Amino acid sequence: MSTERLEVRKTFKLLINGAFPRSESGRTYEVTAASGTFLANVAQASRKDVRDAVVAARAAQASWWSQSAYHRGQVIYRLAEMAESRRDELAEHVALSEGLRARASQLSVARAIDRVVWYAGWSDKIAQVFGGANPVAGPYFNFSLPVPSGVVGVIADQDSSLEAFVDAVCAPIAAGNAVVVLASEQRPTPAVLLGEMTATSDVPSGVLNILTGRTGELAPTLCAHEDVDGVDLSGVNEAFADELALLAAGSIKRVLRPGRGDASLARLRAFLETSTVWHTIGQ
Amino acid sequence: MSRVSTAPLRLVTRDDRAVQLPSNSSLPSIESEAQLRGLLGALSGVDAVGAEARAAKLATRSLKKSTKLAALDLAISMVDLTTLEGADTPGRVTSLCAKALHPDANAPEVPSVAAVCVYPDLVAHARTVLGASTVKVAAVATAFPSGRASMAVKVLDVKEALDAGADEIDMVIDRGAFLAGRYGQVFDEVVAIKELCGATHLKVILEVGELKTYDNVRRASWLAMLAGADFIKTSTGKVGVSATLPTALVMLESVRDFAEATGLRVGVKVAGGIRSAKDALRYLVVVNETAGSSWLTPDGFRFGASSLLNDLLMQRLKQHRGAYVRPDEFSGD
Repeated sequence: MSTERLEVRKTFKLLINGAFPRSESGRTYEVTAASGTFLANVAQASRKDVRDAVVAARAAQASWWSQSAYHRGQVIYRLAEMAESRRDELAEHVALSEGLRARASQLSVARAIDRVVWYAGWSDKIAQVFGGANPVAGPYFNFSLPVPSGVVGVIADQDSSLEAFVDAVCAPIAAGNAVVVLASEQRPTPAVLLGEMTATSDVPSGVLNILTGRTGELAPTLCAHEDVDGVDLSGVNEAFADELALLAAGSIKRVLRPGRGDASLARLRAFLETSTVWHTIGQ
Repeated sequence: MSRVSTAPLRLVTRDDRAVQLPSNSSLPSIESEAQLRGLLGALSGVDAVGAEARAAKLATRSLKKSTKLAALDLAISMVDLTTLEGADTPGRVTSLCAKALHPDANAPEVPSVAAVCVYPDLVAHARTVLGASTVKVAAVATAFPSGRASMAVKVLDVKEALDAGADEIDMVIDRGAFLAGRYGQVFDEVVAIKELCGATHLKVILEVGELKTYDNVRRASWLAMLAGADFIKTSTGKVGVSATLPTALVMLESVRDFAEATGLRVGVKVAGGIRSAKDALRYLVVVNETAGSSWLTPDGFRFGASSLLNDLLMQRLKQHRGAYVRPDEFSGD
């Protein structure tokens, strides 16, 4: 038997509703490494892919939120488990995409995975920290309960291919939202790899949808989409964010502006609403 | 058989249009079951691969901009807004009728749908709500959806719907009889119901999912048309396989050939499983390319659907606004 084999080439696909389709348009584009050499062919999503992803996210969100917070945390932790066993592959793509040395990229991936674990832990603590019992003048309990906004559109950071992506995606998901994310246009491969890991980590289909392609083409469609409840523009420059925020204003949306989205409680809080519940005090 | 012969029938088998009938704008007479069997047997078989390939090819046609908007409005005007659930209530029918009259409450220019389709016991209520509007009331009858009842029961079913004010009757054929080869029985039933209906539109449901083959669909289409159907309809929506594009193609070919042979125009209604505007536009393309543009009216083609209407409205609004809209922009049914 010959030891030579044909190369198994990979086109990086989208993640929509738990499946890995090529773009509806059939388009792909070339991504180069930081050094300028060819890195991969990546699916170039179209506006219709955005539409399909939002439909999938909307369908998935209610049942994701209806699961217990503890269970959601377990599922996100499972994503960290899957990423841990494919660390080297992630590190290789982070190194190529961002032009990092091996050691630096390994550290970046480790930080990203740790961040996933951090968000997993937050899943069942959000209600205690952001919610509360309010004193009222009457024989009632009055609770403030944090509930997810719904479907969140994320324009991921263009430079940080994995760490910022994890922040932008895991925070709304831990809070019970479903996410449609546009990965970095020129550095999308680590995000796509992480998406592949969600397929084996019990993240329900449609809760995380990853699109790759031209940010300038897709972001306006995503932000103007009236069935999106919030958009994260923290990875976008100020001028473009202004333009997108204007589109988002056509329908009521929460908008996370640039510079407000570091890994912090602010990110977890960004796509939460507060629901107030009254309940009679029993005997 | 119930009809008396007035004009001779002639079979032509050398070309694809299998049945050649006198072109006198009247139904040919069928004198015996043997004659009917001969007619249906002489129909050429359907090239299944060809029909599916043609339907798939036509499904790739894309309508854009003003054409798409016109097609969406046309599709809305062809919808038979349907509710056929055990849980139907007068209240539900009231809201369905309101939606039928004004599909989009914020856009008065959107046309009304063609009809509302309900069970016979809710016809009177629907008639009252719709009043003198152009929206028709269609009733499913003849022991819908199975068609398994005695003729007396089926006749009574239709009579009650007619008395309650139905403008259109959607009857089911006895698929058991058809599949067992008792064409005469099926034919007689359709003839009897059509006589009962008189000028009231009669749609004959073939239930193509249970007929299995395209050949059967073509035969059942011709049988229904020869018996006097005003419309032939694919399905009840109550079995697993409902309307498909190739089946609609076969039925539209039958309708076209029947019109060529007799001068009588029969409509086609597709029902069951059509939920997206994209699917609806594909059917319109197939209608245009098969039967011709003269069938592109609510008298020539209908969609039996409920959730389809909201998707048509959503796509219409998207074309106007330029942004994708929320599904809950429109009332549920």
